[in-house]
Amino acid sequence: MKVKVLSRNPDDYVRETKLDIQRVPRNYDPTLHPFEVPREYTRALNATKLERVFAKPFLASLDGHRDGVNCLAKHTKSLSTLLSGSCDGEVKVWNLSKRECVRTLQAHEGFVRGMVVRFCGTSFFTVGDDKTIKQWKMETPGYGEEEEPLNTILGKTVFTGLDHHQKEGVFATCGQQVDIWDEQRSSPIRSFTWGVDSFSAVRFNPVETELLGSCASDRSIVLYDMRESAPLKKVIMTMRSNTLCWNPMEAYYFTCANEDYNLYTYDMRHLEKPLMVHMDHVSAVLDVDYSPTGQEFVSASFDKTVRIFPRDAGHSREVYHTKRMQHVICIKWSSDSKYILSGSDEMNIRLWKANAAEKLGVLAPREKEAANYSQKLKEKFQNHPQIRRIARHRHLPKSIYHQTKELRVMKDARRRKEMNVRKHSKPGAVPVVSEKEKHVVTVVK
Amino acid sequence: MASPGEETVSVPHVGKKKKAPSRYWQEQQKEETKDGAVKGTTNPTAVDSGPKPPKQKKRKLKHEQNKNKKFLKHDQNKNKKLISGKSDPFPGKPRIPGDRLQKFKRKNKMKKPPRQHGKLRKLIVRSEEASDMAQKQAARFDLLLPEEAGFLEGDEGEDTCLISQEDIANAVDITSGAKHFNLKLSQFGPYRVDYNKTGRHLLIGGRRGHVACIDWQSKHLMCEINVMETVNDVKWLHSESMYAVAQKKWLYIYDSNGIELHCIRKFNDVLRMQFLPYHFLLATASATSFLQYLDVSVGKEVAAINTKTGRLDVMCQNPQNAIIHLGHPNGTVTLWSPNQKEALVKMLCHQGGVRSVAVDKTGTYMVTSGMDKKLKVYDLRAFKPLKSYFLPAGASCLSLSQKGLLSAATGDIVQVYRDVWSTPVTKPYMAHRVRGAVWGLHFCPFEDVLGVGHQDGFTSMLVPGAGEPNFDGLDANPFRSAKQRQEWEVKALLDKIQPELISLDPTELGHVDRATFQQKHEDRVKALGFDPLAKVKFIPRYKKKGRSSAGRVEKRKKQVAHEDQRDIIRKAMEDKRKTEEERNRKEQKKSLLSSQKSALDRFKK
Repeated sequence: MKVKVLSRNPDDYVRETKLDIQRVPRNYDPTLHPFEVPREYTRALNATKLERVFAKPFLASLDGHRDGVNCLAKHTKSLSTLLSGSCDGEVKVWNLSKRECVRTLQAHEGFVRGMVVRFCGTSFFTVGDDKTIKQWKMETPGYGEEEEPLNTILGKTVFTGLDHHQKEGVFATCGQQVDIWDEQRSSPIRSFTWGVDSFSAVRFNPVETELLGSCASDRSIVLYDMRESAPLKKVIMTMRSNTLCWNPMEAYYFTCANEDYNLYTYDMRHLEKPLMVHMDHVSAVLDVDYSPTGQEFVSASFDKTVRIFPRDAGHSREVYHTKRMQHVICIKWSSDSKYILSGSDEMNIRLWKANAAEKLGVLAPREKEAANYSQKLKEKFQNHPQIRRIARHRHLPKSIYHQTKELRVMKDARRRKEMNVRKHSKPGAVPVVSEKEKHVVTVVK
Repeated sequence: MASPGEETVSVPHVGKKKKAPSRYWQEQQKEETKDGAVKGTTNPTAVDSGPKPPKQKKRKLKHEQNKNKKFLKHDQNKNKKLISGKSDPFPGKPRIPGDRLQKFKRKNKMKKPPRQHGKLRKLIVRSEEASDMAQKQAARFDLLLPEEAGFLEGDEGEDTCLISQEDIANAVDITSGAKHFNLKLSQFGPYRVDYNKTGRHLLIGGRRGHVACIDWQSKHLMCEINVMETVNDVKWLHSESMYAVAQKKWLYIYDSNGIELHCIRKFNDVLRMQFLPYHFLLATASATSFLQYLDVSVGKEVAAINTKTGRLDVMCQNPQNAIIHLGHPNGTVTLWSPNQKEALVKMLCHQGGVRSVAVDKTGTYMVTSGMDKKLKVYDLRAFKPLKSYFLPAGASCLSLSQKGLLSAATGDIVQVYRDVWSTPVTKPYMAHRVRGAVWGLHFCPFEDVLGVGHQDGFTSMLVPGAGEPNFDGLDANPFRSAKQRQEWEVKALLDKIQPELISLDPTELGHVDRATFQQKHEDRVKALGFDPLAKVKFIPRYKKKGRSSAGRVEKRKKQVAHEDQRDIIRKAMEDKRKTEEERNRKEQKKSLLSSQKSALDRFKK
């Protein structure tokens, strides 16, 4: 007779001393782990619920301005520095980690219209309603020194926007025309005009550094090449765009914030039809900024909310609002892609988390692992109705909630009418026009 | 010459010729080189002694030599030398046996979507890669599991079923030998038995009110009470701190010190109980034909189903999908979930009443025994009978072990069978006679032990090869500490599966819900007035230099139209081919059958 009976030595399964960690022998045999899918689903459901519980995006409010915040600028080299310009011509430099103002200067009379930090991070430019462009040192002046601009340029007309080249000492301003300036000269090296209009924003492409885009008040978006003497092309839309932002990772794409409550992502090669229409705001969109990953962007709106959109989704994944926040004028996504900064009408700058439920600070390896695991589970089961319902739910202020509803009703009515018209006319007489095509009037080259 | 190289051993300067200790990989290499030498013409003696091979052969040999060279070169590449000068005897990753890979296979390979769905394609490819890697890793890890299953083999001519328990207990080590014991409890007789999920704790309940829970390996008695009432069944709940006792009238829950925690008056006349560990549900079958589910984590009754089939005293659960199987006096077995008032499946299994039911760990096979003295094995995937055995006395209790051993009690004899569903079994693997009629049978998880409750107390039997040798520490750890148990309890409660998710196919949640998508799509089309997913009509692009003349445009349109047409034709052909094949196969089968002569053929004209 040959016999063997299972006999385990406890020494192999129990820790030796109390200081050791417990031994956990594993066996991944699927029959020992029944209900794989239902258990994972339960975990995903719990993770989604917890995400909603821990979604506390608001971090801090930076107060100190004496008028509405009109523009923000990220420091190009330092993550913890932020510059803000207000409607009374004051510029403040903030230390974000300490959440305090480190420097205040009276830059302009009237609004500070635009502000940008030079790519080296040693100085910054401001433009204001007083028709001047000023260059300032980034360092605070020493004791006894006076706060004076390095350089002042007097323009002929009011400047409304400003952006700096990524690598060279060249910057662009917009007002009644788009001007390209050399830092060393007091007159523009090039001026672009296309019809009589005024421009509200100008942006350099961060990848193809010689390209520029600007939004004009005649409802058009104009693209330029700095090396050429004439603009490249423009697209005219049904409503005016307020600002635009280039995708930092995909050189061809840009997103513009429009007065018709939508944002449009364009491919600059094919302006006839936007790649995506991003809807959700219930009032004019005032500013937009991409995350450094190029996967998402954040928009600020007149409806007192901040929304985050995935680059390729038609609706926002997140909405931020507070009771006290008024019309949000300017928005920035921080360079480490973790935070969002919004400047609003009621003189405050707010610091938000880009991922509302993210835990800040250094994570232990096990915490990180758990977060990754739950993230993956949420992704896997995101389309199950129960989970999607919880993940999508956001509390909205009453006014916005009702306005959204109203807009939906209006849209449905319009669509219904069009359907009825189509039904009662000759086939093909009323063609189906997609949402993307609706908002573009023409493209001019 | 202080370095311990091979040469130092092979060229000794003093004394006897020492041989280097042989290594099995060296042997292999030697064999290989020998083979090469024989095959190739490099060996001069072979060439000299043998007759000269003809030219053709020579060429062949040359070819072979080249092949050998190539092989060697390949080998050299593989056997990269280490710094020490030795080469890795096992280069590359080890091969994984196919059956292990099969064990961890979760799903079939997905079909890659066409190129135009680039994103989806990438996503699918990536997820396939991930699951493939996980499968391989799990299979690799499986090779490293520390324990191996037990076994019992007789000598030549010796029958394993004749080997007595005492012999086995004497032959194995002391700790294992101590796992065979008898508890003589003749007063409160016959006993029901239950082991908890980790297999550390044993609960016995005597018909006349005696309930005891024991840490059976250390023989430490945790509590012993007499409930002064008839006890119909006992069951551990999720951990060893609580158990349920079905008494004469109500269902009671006690803790491991024997203190009554709850008396649940909603559950009356309970005869049998099953605990679903991942759902935290206690399923009870009562004499009033009610099947009730109690959620033990919140203490609520989840469902009460009137089965309308009379007294329910045969019950078991399918551990893979948490479906309850009930056996009935009319010979049917019914399958129940808490979500449906009707039985999911009704199977007529026996001519007489059903006496006992058991389902195996993988949820594939069901074993039933009935009053017609038959033991039947069913395949639960197809709900079809696989095997039918005749037991002279009929089996009153059945139990299946983790490794698939079947124990059947006939009167006071406990028989253990092996491979009941794969091979026709003629005689038992083991047999043991206890002192009274058997009332409860339960294999201990993760141990080679079978607990038998009978008229005269409790017997713990050694059944080598019954238990799963390697447990998973995060699921059921027999060696867990109090702290580990607490942590496990919290995690298990967080992962508690809702009773609504119980269904015949536990992977249903992971399937694509096409019906809902179609419904949604239809709604969308209705709201929009057009189909957004419809194929767009082909509009030829405008081309310069006169290539967009009306004729050319028409031609291009036609090309595209033809392409579409071709797709349709291709599909139709494929379908046709398949049906043809199917028909051919059927005909072949038919012809095969008809070629065999039957007894009735002689009456044919």
